[in-house]
Amino acid sequence: MYDKNKILIGLAVFVVFMTYPFWNNIGSAAYQRPELEKPKNAKDCVESVEFMRAEHMAMLNEWRDEVVRGGEHEYHSTANHQVFQKSLSKTCMKCHENKDQFCDKCHATVSVNPYCWDCHVDPKGEKK
Amino acid sequence: MKTQRRNFLKIAAMAVLGWGVRPASELLAAGGGTASEGLLFASRHKVHVGPNALTASRWAMVIDTAKLNEKVMEDIVHTCHSIHNVPTIPGNQNIKWIWETHMDHLFLEDLHEYQPEAGAKSALALCNHCDNPPCVRVCPTKATFQREDGIVMMDFHRCIGCRYCMAGCPYGSRSFNFMDPRKHLETTNPDFPTRTKGVVEKCEFCAERLAEGKMPACVEVSEGALAFGDLGDPESEVRKLLAERFSIRRSPTLGTKPCVYYLV
Repeated sequence: MYDKNKILIGLAVFVVFMTYPFWNNIGSAAYQRPELEKPKNAKDCVESVEFMRAEHMAMLNEWRDEVVRGGEHEYHSTANHQVFQKSLSKTCMKCHENKDQFCDKCHATVSVNPYCWDCHVDPKGEKK
Repeated sequence: MKTQRRNFLKIAAMAVLGWGVRPASELLAAGGGTASEGLLFASRHKVHVGPNALTASRWAMVIDTAKLNEKVMEDIVHTCHSIHNVPTIPGNQNIKWIWETHMDHLFLEDLHEYQPEAGAKSALALCNHCDNPPCVRVCPTKATFQREDGIVMMDFHRCIGCRYCMAGCPYGSRSFNFMDPRKHLETTNPDFPTRTKGVVEKCEFCAERLAEGKMPACVEVSEGALAFGDLGDPESEVRKLLAERFSIRRSPTLGTKPCVYYLV
């Protein structure tokens, strides 16, 4: 075997780098779901909490296309059979008023940057 | 036997050619309806409307140039731009949905130098919501599309900012966001989104207000200068106005079939 030492050193460096995320996080605290500020003036969301937690991004994308391209503004909830207007700012943000204390908390923790608020207005005001 | 085979091959070749052309000819012929997208005419999106919505077979606007004055026009522009979060940007990168402009900029083909002194010098310009909208045909992402009721809509989510539509529109009705518009907004209406850098925007005939059963904002504050209604209904206000008085449209020779009429 030619260049045995070089290969072994290279392999060792590769393994160290590949496993960096694992050993770097040894001892650090496990992921914790952030505490969200719940709406004070409403009890039920348009769907169950579990559904919203997992699917809200897909649902908002569907609402977007249905409203803008199809002109369908009404959402018929399967959880409580109420009718809601499909709107981020007029429905979601009317209850979840505080983007910093609701949306941003999870998004920041899991490090995602949705671009909803590049255009849609956060009712509690923009950070200047 | 020999000639028969020769003829058969000829016919077979013609048939293959014909079937090859068929998809292309179908594509050319399609459009104008709700079916597939055509090359010559833009297809139309179906509109599902809620119980409160105002509906029409074909929305149109009639602008009475005699009833427009400085104050009314200022009110209209200000109302539209404030509820739709349209910024005022100094210089040549301004955004406008509806704006006041000179008569000879509006009607390039119709005006001569002997206009009456007292007549209207300027009027309002906005998106014409054409029956044959060039902006819709050239949009590569179908971010701009036409609804069945004639409204030419923008899907800001889908706009990639290529500005083909701005090149296509002969009326200059579209504006491009060269910068973040929020920096130039004094107040924002939280119920309507702002836009972001790199998208094109224009008047939407207040589609969001029609869905709630309200007339377009410009019509409400126009003190009777602007009428809005169903072009397909002979009893509608717009049809009555068009039947009563002489009206012109902007650059009709281009074949875009504008649906904003000016009473002169």
